[in-house]
Amino acid sequence: MIKTDVLIIGAGPTGLFCAHQLGIIGLSCEIVDNLDKAGGQCIELYPDKPIYDIPAIPECTGEELTNNLLKQIKPFNINFHLNQRVEELKKVNDRWNVKTNGNKEFDVASIVIAGGVGSFEPRKFPVKECEKFEGNSLFYAVKDKTIFKDKTISIFGGGDSALDWAIELSNTSKVNLIHRRDGFSGMESSVQKVKELNDQGKINLYTKYQLDSVEGENKINSVKIKHDNGEVKDIKSDYVLGFFGLIMQLGPILDWGLNIDKKKVEVNTENFETNINGIFAIGDICSYPGKLKLILSGFHEGALAARGCFRYAKPDEKLRFEFTTTSKAAQERLGIKSD
Amino acid sequence: MPKITYITHDDKTHTIHVQNGLTVMEGAIQNDIPGIDADCGGGMSCATCHVYVSEEWLDKLPVKEDGEEDMLDMAFEPKKNSRLSCQLIVSDTLDGLVVNIPSKQG
Repeated sequence: MIKTDVLIIGAGPTGLFCAHQLGIIGLSCEIVDNLDKAGGQCIELYPDKPIYDIPAIPECTGEELTNNLLKQIKPFNINFHLNQRVEELKKVNDRWNVKTNGNKEFDVASIVIAGGVGSFEPRKFPVKECEKFEGNSLFYAVKDKTIFKDKTISIFGGGDSALDWAIELSNTSKVNLIHRRDGFSGMESSVQKVKELNDQGKINLYTKYQLDSVEGENKINSVKIKHDNGEVKDIKSDYVLGFFGLIMQLGPILDWGLNIDKKKVEVNTENFETNINGIFAIGDICSYPGKLKLILSGFHEGALAARGCFRYAKPDEKLRFEFTTTSKAAQERLGIKSD
Repeated sequence: MPKITYITHDDKTHTIHVQNGLTVMEGAIQNDIPGIDADCGGGMSCATCHVYVSEEWLDKLPVKEDGEEDMLDMAFEPKKNSRLSCQLIVSDTLDGLVVNIPSKQG
């Protein structure tokens, strides 16, 4: 059981800056995120796209913004719990007991949900019977590539993951690469490589095809793919891999008794607390009259939510408002040495 | 104001007036038309505002920008007439546009 003042759910820009604000006022926190890295939508959806509306930063990419935020919170030595999705929430006396799907448990005074539009999960095949084979012969990520040796693998998708795995697995497996159009979104060099391997007969490339059905008893033994013109091909497959990126799902948060409207959590604008005492929501996931879905709004919300957390973490103390330019305490927390 | 018709997966037709300058996605969100999630808020980054455009409108719409087709690769059951509704800006020329909303966005 990890005991800390605040648990932040979501390591996007809003969650990261809230951690900074908690650190400044002397509260401890830990951050949980379902992705394998910090940055949220900035890092997952648009790491290379420029952002032009961060105050005092004329232009930066999602990745640069994330790295700068991580640098800004470095003095606080905050623990990240990545690849973890928060599952259960229980009130124990005046504190909250939170459990993740990776069996991590937290004992906290308050919770800040900075979950964006939800946790990122792989997008799945629209074909219903795929569910039956998921985890045994159909995957949305590769965990152990040795199982594919000398087998026939059908890979679906046109981005870097699909191309990279098609190239990699073609060394030891028979690979079919199926994509809905002639164009690919992956790197041009990978596209060229796949085409070469196709010419050499090391990859079978099927474009303008999509998955129609999967067949097999306990494991997949073939897939049917359908061309834009309606033609259906039956191809032998021991394994199927689908790479369609990630989608955001609100998940277990829906069951916590929060007031939720249109997948957004309702909050007050004084300290961004939800209808449940001690649970705050900031960033894209919160809603209130006038809400702007901008990163800068998330920063403001995080600063106020952090102060809202104070009375739960230190009920007997009064929080004094201070500036980082002049506060000795804040500067000490930031690790700045005074002469 | 141009009229846009949204047909949801259960065949319910919603015809609404959408102000010039808004996107077809925003028209749906502001009028509570179900089935368009628009998770990324119109940034061409998530493919959850995916719609099917009726055949007669396909050629009348602005050409897809780089990146829209890449995102459509991620959409749920993409077809030839798939578009991201956040990339369709409403104007008088779009008056009468009909879009079908897929059964799911992901």
